[in-house]
Amino acid sequence: MEKFEKLTGIAAPLPLVNIDTDMIIPKQFLKTIKRSGLGVNLFDEMRYDRQGNEIPDFVLNKPQYREAEILVAGDNFGCGSSREHAPWALKDFGIKCVISTSFADIFYNNCFKNGILPIVLPQEAVDALMKDAEKGSNARMIVDLEAQTVTSSDGDVFTFEVDSFKKHCLLNGLDDIGLTMEKAGAIDTFESQASQARPWV
Amino acid sequence: MSPKTLYDKIWDAHVVHEDTDGTCLLYIDRHLVHEVTSPQAFEGLRMAGRKVRAPEKTIAVPDHNVPTTLGRENPDQMPEDSRIQVAALDQNAKDFGIHYYPVNDVRQGIVHIVGPEQGWTLPGMTVVCGDSHTATHGAFGALAHGIGTSEVEHVLATQTLIQKKSKNMKVEITGKLRPGVTAKDITLSVIGATGTAGGTGYVIEYCGEAIRDLSMEGRMTVCNMAIEGGARAGLIAPDEKTFEYVQGRPHAPKGAQWEAALAWWKTLYSDDDAHWDKVVTIKGEDIAPVVTWGTSPEDVLPITATVPTPEDFKGGKVDAARRSIEYMGLTPGQKLSDIEIDTVFIGSCTNGRIEDLRAAAEILKGKKIKVKRAMVVPGSGLVRAQAEEEGLADIFKEAGFEWRMAGCSMCLAMNPDQLSEGERCASTSNRNFEGRQGYKGRTHLVSPAMAAAAAVTGKLTDVREMI
Ligand code: SF4
Repeated sequence: MEKFEKLTGIAAPLPLVNIDTDMIIPKQFLKTIKRSGLGVNLFDEMRYDRQGNEIPDFVLNKPQYREAEILVAGDNFGCGSSREHAPWALKDFGIKCVISTSFADIFYNNCFKNGILPIVLPQEAVDALMKDAEKGSNARMIVDLEAQTVTSSDGDVFTFEVDSFKKHCLLNGLDDIGLTMEKAGAIDTFESQASQARPWV
Repeated sequence: MSPKTLYDKIWDAHVVHEDTDGTCLLYIDRHLVHEVTSPQAFEGLRMAGRKVRAPEKTIAVPDHNVPTTLGRENPDQMPEDSRIQVAALDQNAKDFGIHYYPVNDVRQGIVHIVGPEQGWTLPGMTVVCGDSHTATHGAFGALAHGIGTSEVEHVLATQTLIQKKSKNMKVEITGKLRPGVTAKDITLSVIGATGTAGGTGYVIEYCGEAIRDLSMEGRMTVCNMAIEGGARAGLIAPDEKTFEYVQGRPHAPKGAQWEAALAWWKTLYSDDDAHWDKVVTIKGEDIAPVVTWGTSPEDVLPITATVPTPEDFKGGKVDAARRSIEYMGLTPGQKLSDIEIDTVFIGSCTNGRIEDLRAAAEILKGKKIKVKRAMVVPGSGLVRAQAEEEGLADIFKEAGFEWRMAGCSMCLAMNPDQLSEGERCASTSNRNFEGRQGYKGRTHLVSPAMAAAAAVTGKLTDVREMI
């Protein structure tokens, strides 16, 4: 997995609450058996009309946000289905960080598995960063995972919390499966004890 | 010993390893797999030269994309991309040696209906699936939740999941339900009260008299939508009804193992003085048959109410409500019971079980539909067969419903069963998101009885007027 250390990039404002995974990547794009290539269909139904033409008003279609690497969004981002196609599509488009007041549980976990940093900040902080993002491409934010800070284009610094294990994996680009495989001995022991205690499983 | 919740007990019985920061490796007893969220995981295993660690605990069934029309085992009936995805699951099940119910097997159906039906889901287990509605299995007192594809791969390879423990939330539904009020109304009402993020960070245990009174089918409906309330999982403590449902199922324990299992299952309840981080109490008598008016499952109101005004809300919800009402083509102040319906969909892992079909058929008996189209999609081939045996299929067909084969169907419209632009549907599924049931389709979530009532009158209808 790709590492995430520090990012200086354009932030796109998306001030809607409850952005669900059906909005992020509609189901017709879930029929792929690959992880790549979903970026063109990110936010498909908000981004294109029925004929496939871009809807100019949608934030990621505006010239100043086409290169956005950060999303600043409303509350409860990523609610709905467990589809990892949502972070895959974000990643494929180029989004590496999403900032909101809260995230749905499964989506939040899925981000970390794909090198995307979801940042939870209080409402006032998200409001301030949303304003900053509205300034367009000249307003670059700095996200520093090691220091756990987001710095707005005006130099305002916001500190965020992140689980230490998840941070460690993201900073070092570590693959969970490899890490768990190192504990195979503990899994073997658990299995043999459990097969005594609960043989019907 | 300090008092524990049901969640604490199941969690503690499955911790393989705990780090100093509280990150745990949790053992997974059952892993359910479907065709949409698994191909990339199997591909990952192949690329790394890994095997499935416990194929005997892994169960796969195609459900999301399969057509629900007769003759569907003919591959020509499926669009190319769906066919490739189902074929990939066929192949992966074979290559990795996992239990499999292919499209032409009568036991095929929606993964969350097949698991309990076949006795794979048992009390006290940890159950995961690359699907958010895995919460359904919590009805058995199993800790069950959805995971992403990377985690599917992790479970396939290691039979464990890296997890941090959630907080404990108790949702108590006291007293009795009034006539015409069902499990679906309970679960929607809870989301209406707590919001779609109200359960974020929690595992919910549903309890109270109204929950105890529900059948296993009803309990599955309640737990199914825990995810719509943001919770990682929903749980209901197992009791005699649970044991009775489980006993004799193909993969349930038998003989001495049954006795041993039962002895443990009977210890699976929250201790009286257990600690709860959040408690929500709702009176069963206060719950009415409800419908959703917007595009979030929290947009819930009793059928007797009117479409709200966006300005009634606070913060970001004002804009969201305005957008929803426009999308849904409604007017603030309009009576919900005046909303005309084009289509009725009865099915999904929320309401595709036999009890749901019975409830709908009860309303439909001897009546004809007034909507443009109506469809019943049983949750599994076995539910379908049972409904045919009980004569329910005939009631549906005589009323004018299409009687389909099992699958997810119009719940998420990945197969050809879709709403067209502007088409308005009373649906027993679980999500009313924009475009969920088809591009620009409009979804009102309701119970099976309310869906049947809408089919008969052609508009959203208070089912209490028909019983
Ligand atoms: S019926 Fe609907 S919610 Fe249930 S598993 Fe299928 S698509 Fe998901």
